[in-house]
Parts: sequence; structure tokens; C-alpha cells
Amino acid sequence: MTTSSEDVLMQVSQVRYKKGDGTLYVMNERIAWMLDNRDTVSVSHKYADIKSQKISPEGKSKIQLQVVLHDGTSSTFHFVNKNGQEAQIKDRDDVKELLQQLLPKFKRKVNKELEEKNRTLQEHPVLLQLYRDLVITQVISSEEFWSQHAAEYTQAKKIQRQDIGVNSAFLADIKPQTDGCNGLKYNLTIDIIECIFKTYPAVKRKHQENVPHKMSESDFWTKFFQSHYFHRDRINAGTKDLFTECAKIDDQELKKELQSGINDPLVDITSFEDQTLDENYGGCNKSDKTSGNIVHQSMIKRFNQHSIMVMKASTAKQSTTQINQPQLNGSTPSASKVTNNDLDAGPKTKKRRIQEKITYDDLDTSCDINTNKGTPLNLSHVDRYLHGPIPGYGNTEPTSDELLITLSQLKKEASGWLCGNTLPRQAATSLVSPAAAVSALGELTPGGSLMKGFREESLGQLIPKDLEKELCNIYVCACELLRHFWRSFPPTTPQLEEKAIRMHESLHRFHSAKLKPFEDRVQREFSAVSQHLTSHLNQLLTAAYGKFAMWQQRKMQMR
Amino acid sequence: MKISVDGLIVYFPYDYIYPEQYAYMLELKRGLDAKGHCLLEMPSGTGKTITLLSLIVAYMLEHPLDVTKLIYCSRTVPEIEKVIEELKKLIDYYEKETKSKPKIVGLVLSSRKNMCIHPEVSREREGKIVDGRCHSLTASYVRERHNYDESTPICSFYEGFDMEGREQIIPPGIYSIDDLKDYGKDRNWCPYFLARFTILHAQIVVYSYHYLLDPKIAETVSKELSKNSVVVFDEAHNIDNVCIDSMSVKINRKLMEKSSTNIQLLEKTVAEMREVDVNKLKEEYNRLVEGLKDAQLQRETDVILANPILPNEVLEEVVPGNIRNAEHFVSFLKRFVEYLKTRLRVQHVVQESPAAFLRDIQAKVAIERKPLRFCAQRLASLLRTMEITDLTDFSPIILVTHLATLVSTYTHGFTIIVEPFDDKTPTVLNPILHFSCLDSSIAVKPIFDRFQSVIITSGTLSPLDMYPKILNFHPVIMSSFTMTLARPCLLPMIVGKGNDQVTISSKYETREDVAVIRNYGQLLVEFAATVPDGLVCFFTSYLYMESVVAAWYDQGVVDQLQRHKLLFIETQDSAETSLALINYIKACENGRGAVLLSVARGKVSEGVDFDHHLGRAVLMFGIPYVYTQSRILKARLEYLRDQFQIRENDFLTFDAMRHAAQCVGRAIRGKTDYGIMVFADKRFSRIDKRSKLPKWIQEHLNDNLCNLSTEEAIQISKRWLRQMAQPFTRENQLGLSLLTREQLEKEEAAKIEQKAQQK
Repeated sequence: MTTSSEDVLMQVSQVRYKKGDGTLYVMNERIAWMLDNRDTVSVSHKYADIKSQKISPEGKSKIQLQVVLHDGTSSTFHFVNKNGQEAQIKDRDDVKELLQQLLPKFKRKVNKELEEKNRTLQEHPVLLQLYRDLVITQVISSEEFWSQHAAEYTQAKKIQRQDIGVNSAFLADIKPQTDGCNGLKYNLTIDIIECIFKTYPAVKRKHQENVPHKMSESDFWTKFFQSHYFHRDRINAGTKDLFTECAKIDDQELKKELQSGINDPLVDITSFEDQTLDENYGGCNKSDKTSGNIVHQSMIKRFNQHSIMVMKASTAKQSTTQINQPQLNGSTPSASKVTNNDLDAGPKTKKRRIQEKITYDDLDTSCDINTNKGTPLNLSHVDRYLHGPIPGYGNTEPTSDELLITLSQLKKEASGWLCGNTLPRQAATSLVSPAAAVSALGELTPGGSLMKGFREESLGQLIPKDLEKELCNIYVCACELLRHFWRSFPPTTPQLEEKAIRMHESLHRFHSAKLKPFEDRVQREFSAVSQHLTSHLNQLLTAAYGKFAMWQQRKMQMR
Repeated sequence: MKISVDGLIVYFPYDYIYPEQYAYMLELKRGLDAKGHCLLEMPSGTGKTITLLSLIVAYMLEHPLDVTKLIYCSRTVPEIEKVIEELKKLIDYYEKETKSKPKIVGLVLSSRKNMCIHPEVSREREGKIVDGRCHSLTASYVRERHNYDESTPICSFYEGFDMEGREQIIPPGIYSIDDLKDYGKDRNWCPYFLARFTILHAQIVVYSYHYLLDPKIAETVSKELSKNSVVVFDEAHNIDNVCIDSMSVKINRKLMEKSSTNIQLLEKTVAEMREVDVNKLKEEYNRLVEGLKDAQLQRETDVILANPILPNEVLEEVVPGNIRNAEHFVSFLKRFVEYLKTRLRVQHVVQESPAAFLRDIQAKVAIERKPLRFCAQRLASLLRTMEITDLTDFSPIILVTHLATLVSTYTHGFTIIVEPFDDKTPTVLNPILHFSCLDSSIAVKPIFDRFQSVIITSGTLSPLDMYPKILNFHPVIMSSFTMTLARPCLLPMIVGKGNDQVTISSKYETREDVAVIRNYGQLLVEFAATVPDGLVCFFTSYLYMESVVAAWYDQGVVDQLQRHKLLFIETQDSAETSLALINYIKACENGRGAVLLSVARGKVSEGVDFDHHLGRAVLMFGIPYVYTQSRILKARLEYLRDQFQIRENDFLTFDAMRHAAQCVGRAIRGKTDYGIMVFADKRFSRIDKRSKLPKWIQEHLNDNLCNLSTEEAIQISKRWLRQMAQPFTRENQLGLSLLTREQLEKEEAAKIEQKAQQK
């Protein structure tokens, strides 16, 4: 079973597995065990499958190593070197260390993918339901699901990742409360800690250095709040505490930035004056200088520093991601070019800035006043952005209100597609003229021409909630499959043809695995509404089958 | 488009034109025709620069004999660069329309610091050092020494320029600083001296005020500019202060000590020279006896600062006998410096006129007026003779000689004030001798006399009648234009009280009042919550801002503020402020929004624009009166009252209001822009303050926007912001605040003019 290409990195004999003595092989991509005097491997685990390894505790008589797999099973190897326990321990530790080096390489790959998928599923309940209905019932395979149906989600995620900046008031949010007896209580949330770390890398470093080896988490933060670093109205000279150094690091950072100069000529105040005279020439107006309160001045400096750091915290991320994926959504590489040749860029950017300032958009026909530049805000929940968080959000049970909201979101989204615009709230151009919309609405209300044959007692009142939900899910699945089915038409390429056939099969499978049982159940339990509930679904499927049949027929004729 | 302005064909590099631009051109043309001076106020952001340039360039091309040169002076380096870019645009447009490039050379002149391309010298950050190092590489005696001693370093770029630069004339075109540098690099010529040389024959010169107003610089740089030039002072609302600064000197103890060391060094060098090379000293002596104007001997590179006095005051005489000899002169200087030192040793404030000072110096150390007048000139000659390479070391003694020359030349319009300590720190002895110019018309007078048309223009010159008085000139055209608007894109408001009805004011008696500070804070927080993107605030002084910010921190206002926007604050360190500004812009651009606290009269208020989203609202906390207890100011006010019949209060209010207008005007930089202007001080609603605002702001400041409370102001702003956020298209503007060529031709000029003039 061992292929020739595999290197055996380590070989340990006298290893017992399930009461049989044998040899343990640590190879490139897997760990294997062979019973003595056999030439087939009886145990073989790929590293990618291994979740973790465990060793028996010190002082135990048996020296063992256990590998735990992702599916929960495990294999235990018992080291039985005849040279005594020390040799056994040595054997075991060698294996352990080698595995320790090897495992992470594979782990990351697998885990990342898995985690990613897992997270995607968790973030999108609809997708999760789809996954349950389609993959677990084996209507389609898992790979197909991820490559075809969930593609938008995985891709969208890559593009959409917009880092949330640091809240500018996060320090203000930590409101101290007096606890009644001369003490102060600060409330820290994970978010705030995250913000502090992002904004003040020096504090993060301190945290890494000191917690948990030197002090506990809470001690650290107590020290932080007591420090002069946090209280900006004090001068930090003289006093020695944990964070004095942080302040110095911050200052240095700022100084470095100052020295590197400012490349925007319009705000570089230092070079505004085109005069080289001695300060002793000239008038009196600068008498305001020097005098003043040093405490206040240093506080002002801290405010500036804080704001600058907040800005840096949010921009630093962006620049790194930009380097990682420079040409993600068709962005021209010109932006990165600028940074390459700094020498040339100086005057050029300067010139651009000045030109920007001197153009009068409204005087020039070639300029459009209302063009919108800049990165749009990607919002996953437009409503939440516009209205703020809604109480009780996160309830998975979709109420009718939520459905309405979803619908409206869908509409917004849809209008966005048509404009080819990624900014949902800007899709202002109307798709349908108001008049037409009103008339359509009229037709759709009871009594309208489109509502003939509408039964007054709506189905919604007749069926229970769980059935409704189930129906909803089936609809989603069916639509997803149908969408892909129809997308493969007209099948102009062999791949599309193949896809059509595959989708057709999937539809059939879905029909028999999901729809039929559902219909049967409905027939049994709610006979009154049975055919009405699924008639539309059946219509949809029949239409698809019809199309497929027609196509097959044509194909036959073509031959 | 091509338009006819009162018969003159003007190429205007845009497809549309604002009515006020057209009206401005009409007035300007009248001024040029009359060969007189103009005073024109046009709102910021209505394209003043391009209007000026296109009319004057058209005029120059049409009447090449009447107007030979345009000298465009602006205040800051970015302004200058903007002007040159606009000029480029105009010339490009000419080329496009007429298919031939107009034969015009336009260029910038800036300091060596900005123009140097020498690999080492240009790396220096400070202007003075660049000047000094440049001088040490290019002075005539350095170059002479290089002729026999190869190891003496010289500047290859200057040598290149000196060799061939003067024969060739730079091809027509517009040269910005960077263009000149590139041109210089190509040919291995020094761009600075190339520019200095080229401005003599260029048609358009753009540089900063100092090159024309400061006699020390103007004498070397702008002396030979032709008389029939048009001079434009843009952003001229502060021109009087520039004039005063250019002729004032102050001296403190440190400087006196340094000049003593300078004198010692001089003594030593003279003694050495006497032993080694007597001839040189003799030669100099003879030259002085003959009274040869050493102009022909002096090369352009030898002089950094010329005489501090105006050219018409420079005596065309021989240097007096008692300071011709180098040793005599040095001991003369020594006496003068010692005298100054005794003057600084005072316990109480002394104020006296230059005449009294001269009498005193005559009595105490027997120095007469006449040799004093030649002091600056004589020292320059001596330094040259001694072939001192690094002049920066000698700047203290140069300053002292400038004082000597100034004080002995001007007996009128100046004052001497010796203050033993700073008013704010009466215990710390820090004596300063101010030699202060009180009359801004002195420095600017030669400009008005010499050039046929001087145009003073800015966005905020109201009240217009003040400037002719303080600058002592008679404009032929004096006009203020409004901003024709299709929508009310500026919302000025006077907030006089807080929500608790407490009057808010930066009045001296109430400014430290907790209630006032709290109300200011509340106003700011509420505006930060209402206004999108950028919000700029101006305080009356650094001191006041610092104490208010500290109080706000204690009151929790800062925390509240940070919930809405990031907070940035101007400091007295300009590098730090620049960094804060950059981040402020970033914060506005990424949508987070920011607040900038700044100071009226500070660098930010004078030179940084907050257009569009960078400044949707400006809050002016208090009236930015100048520090009125200053003795120099008092002396100036007295002088103005006696000489020009300007009442003290009028001038103070005028000065405060022009700065307030300057501050709030930072937010509006065009007709598509919009911004709120909040004057947060009860006193603004008084008629004497309100009426001094520029017309284009006053027009929108209705009575129902005066003396609001915080809450009312917020309500009005909310409504207005919603209105402004609606899409604004060109069609809305056309015909009203924007004209096409056809509309321009159809409507009579008179009508447009009337519309754009103040109502």
C-alpha cells in the first residue's frame, strides 16, 4: 500500500496497536502502522484527517500516543521499547514532535476550508436549509452544492469583506461607575478590548508580554485604567508604570510620521510660507505663543494622537488587504504603481491635488457634477443600517414581518442588480413607473382582474406554521434547482448540456425525495388543501420536465 | 468660450461662466483702461483667479504696449501653485482655440528652499539654511577662489546657468516650480537663478507678497520689473499686516548676545586680514570713498537681504567717513550694540518715537543719524570684502544693522517699544525691543506709485472703504460682488444663546464662565450629530481653545463629541497640525466624519480650504478680536486715529470681522458646495458687526437667523441640510447663476452686472 513516492520520515518499531506488535511509520502525508511480519499497512491516517494528537500523562505506566480524527474516531499506539521506559518515552516524544511539525501544515488547509464553509452556512440560514434539504437528502452532491449553488455566497464574501473601523468613542464608552465605596468599576467588552488593541498596538504588545505569565487579565486592565496613559489629562513624565513605555512608543511613532513629511501640498502648513526671513523680523501678532498650560497642551496632543491612531487602525487593514489581492474586482493596478516610484510620484500627486482644487465642475461641460467616487458601503442589512438594530433580532423563526422585510430587501437588491450598481441605497432610478405600479397593485387586490378564482379564505390561515415553514423550504430548494436548470438553457456548449442533464436528474431526485413525501404527508394530514399547496410547484417542475423533454427530442431529431 | 467684454475678446477656458465673473471682468477692464488701481471683492469659490487671468492675458495680447507684464502675488505656496495651474489651463485653451501658442512666458518664483536642485543643499528643510548654503557655493568670491583652488566647492547648476543660461531665452510656456526644476535638471541650470533672471522678461510672474512688498527682498528681486505692469494682490485681506511685518524688527537679549559674538568674530577677521591682505581692505575703502555704487561689482548671488528701507529713501551719497574704515565700523557697531543692550536693561515699559531714540543715542554714545543710515549697506560691503561664506551665522548682526538703518531713516509712522517682560508672565524678565511699523501704507506706497495698475482682491474685503484708508491709495474702481445662487448654498446663522437661554459670548468677562463653555460644547455636540462629514470650529485664540478643550474634557463634552465624530485639534506646532489635518481629511473621506478645532488667525484659517465634504459647517466661537492689550496694537490704533481718522473700535471690529469672515468662508469653495456658517456669539447680531461681513454672506443672514438658540439653529440646519442633499444639476443653475455664451450675449451686460453687484 505504500507508494514509492512517499518518504518515510521516521520509523519506530515495537509499537503496539490493538494488542498487536508492529512498526509505526511517519510519512510525508500520513501516519501508518504495520503489523510485524506483514507487508500490508493495517492502520493509516492521512494527516489531513487528523484533528489532534494526545499523549499519556507523565508518570503513567503505559507510554501511549493517541491521534484523534476529525470524525471522532481515534487510534492509540502503545510504545513498548524493550530498553525500558525511558526509551519508550523517547520514541513517543520523537514521534510526537515530528507530528507536531507536520500536522499544522495540513490542518490549516483543511480546517480553513471547513471553517469557511461552516461559517458561510452559519451566516446564511437560507443556505443552511438548502444544504440540509439538498445535500443531506443527497439530491445533489456536496461538491456540486459548494461549487454551484453556494458560489455566490463564498465569492460574495471575499469581495464584500469590508472591515469595520474602530469606533471613535470607544474610550468614552468605557464609563467608570462608582461602586459605592471609593472605587471605580469599568465595563470592558470584547469589542472594546479589540478596539484598544487595534488602535494602540503598543498596548497589545504589552498585553501579550504580560498576560497571562506575569499578571492576570483583570490585573492588566486595572493597571491600564490606573495608568496615566489612559487618563489623558495628566502628563506622563516622571511616573513609572507599565504603560509609560507605550506612550513613548506612540510618541516615537508619531514623530516618525512627522519626519517622513506630508505629501499633500495643500495641507502641509510648514511649507506654506514662501519666506526665509528670520523670526525677529516682523510684527507682534505671535505674542500668543509659548505661554499657556502645558497640561492642556499635552492633552490636546493626546486627543490628536488618539484620533490619528483610530484612523490608522482602520486604514492599515485596508492597505494590507489591497496588497494581498490587488486586482480583485477589476481595479486597475495604477493605484499600486504610485507607491512604487516615490520619486516621480511626488510632483505628480501634487499636481493632481492642485488640479482637483482648481476645476470648477459646474463650469465645464465635460464634468458631471453628480458623479460619485469612493468606495461604497457594503451593507448586509440595509434596514439595520437605516433604522438601527431591531429588538429581538436573531430569531430564526421567520415571522410575516420579517418576510416582508426580506421581500423589501430583495426588491432593493434586485433594483441594484439592474442598475449594475453595488450600492444598494443609491438605486434610486425607478424600475416601474409609479402609475404602472399602482395599477398593477389594483389588479392584484381582491376584485382585480388578476385575482379571479381567488378564494377568500386564504391558504395561509388553513395550514399550521410548521407546514408553512416546510413548504417555504421546499420552495427555496425547488427554486434553487430550477434556477440552475434554466440557467443551462440554451445548452450551447457540451458543459451546459451536461449540466442540463444533471440538473434534470437532480430535479427528479428532488421530486421523489422531497416533494413526493411532502405531498403524501399533506394528503394524509391536511387533505383539504393538498393539491393547492403544491400545485404551483408541480407546475414549475412540469414546465421544466417539458422543456427538457422537448430539448431531448430535438436533439434526437438533430442526429 | 470666447466672450466679448466691453469690446475685448476674452478666451475663457470653460463652457459656462458665472454672472459675477463676467461683471468682475467688466470692472477690471475699466480699471485697466483707466490705468488705475482697483479694489475688488468677489466671494470665495467663484473662480476669481481664472477670471483675473483670462481678462488680463486677453488685455495684454490686445494692448501689448500698454500692459507688458502681469505680476501676480499670492500668499501661500499652494495658492501660488494653484494660480500657475490655472494659467496653464488658460494657455492650453488659447492654443486649442487659436491653433497657435501665445508667445507668453509665465513662471513662478519661489524661495531657494522650494527651487533648489543641488543634491545636498536641497535636502535641507529650513529656508534660511538653504539660502546660506547656496550663498556659500555661489558667492562671487567663492567662485573666484575656485578658479585657483579646485578644492573649493561650487554649485555646478549655478555654473551651468552662468555659462549659458543668460544667452538663451526660455521658450514660451508656463512654468511651475516643478517644471522649472525639470527644465533646470535637463540643462544643468540652477532653476532659482534661472527664474530670477527670467522674471525680468517674462510676461507673467507669480510669486509671494514678500518679493514685492518686503524692501529687503524686493530690492534684489523685483527692482527691474517694468513700470507698465499690472500687479495683482490676491487674498489681499491681510495685506496691511504683511506691509507692517516687512518693516518691523524686534530684538531680544539672546539676539544681542549673538550679535556681540558676531562683532568679536568680525574684529578678529578684520585684524587677520589687516595682517595678511591689506590690499583688500584698502580697495574697499577706496571704493567707499569714491562712492561707487557697488552694483556692478555685486553679483546677484552675493546678496541675500538688501537694504531694509524702501528704494526712494536710500541715500545716493558716499558712505560717511567715520565708518569707511573697517576697524572704525566694527567699533561703531560695537558701540551701537552696547547701547541697545543698555536699552534692554529696563524695569518698566518704554515707548518712544524714532526721533527720541536718535536723540538719546546721540547723547549717550555719540552716534549720529547719518552713519546709522548707512549701517546696513556698510555691513553688507564689509561681509563681502571679508569673503564670508556662511551668512546665516551673521544674521543677528545683520538684523541689528537693519534696525539701525530703519530707525534712522524713518521718523514718522514708526514707534519703539521696550517691554521688560511679557504681559502674561510679569515675573519673568524677558526684555524685547520692538521697532514697529504703524503705517501699512509706507511699504506699499512705492508699489502704488511705480506700477500703473494695482489690483487688490479677495473674498473678504468688506468694508471696502477701509482699505483705501489704511493703505492710503485712491482706487479708480471699488466694487463688491455677490454670489448669484440657484439655491441658498450657504446658511449663515448667529447663535446668541444656549438651550438654557444663557447668552453665549467670548466677551472677556464671560469667556471663562462654565455655563458659556458648556453651551459652546453643547452647540458643537449637537452640530456634530446633525452635520455630515467634516465640521470645523474656530476659536479666538490658542489660549482660549486650550482652556475650553480642557473644560470640555472635564464636562464630558469630548466624550460625547467622539461618539459622533473623530476629534482633531490645531496646535502651535505646524507639522503636528499638518498630520492632524491629513487624518482629518481621511476621516471625512471615508465617511466617518471629523471635527477640527482650530484658531482664527492661525495657519489653518489662513491657508487651508475645507471644500465640500471637508467642511459642511463652520462654527465660529466668539469674535476673533486681536489681543487688545498689546502696546504695539495700541500704538497703531492711536496712529490710525491721528493720521487717518479711523476710530479705534472701528478698526478693531473691522479686523475681527475680516478674520471671522475668512474663517467661515473656508467652507464655501464653489457653487456646488454648501455649508453652514455659525457665528456663536451674541455680539455678532449687533449691526456694527453684522454690517462688516462681506455682502455675499450678509445677504443670506436674514433677521430670523440672528440671535438663535442652539436648538433653533439645529432645527434650521436639519431642514436646510435635507434640502441641500437633493441632487443639484447644471440645469438648475443655468440662466440664474450660470450662463452659456448665448445667454451672455442675449442679456445685456449692464443687466448682468447689476445682478452681480451688491444689491
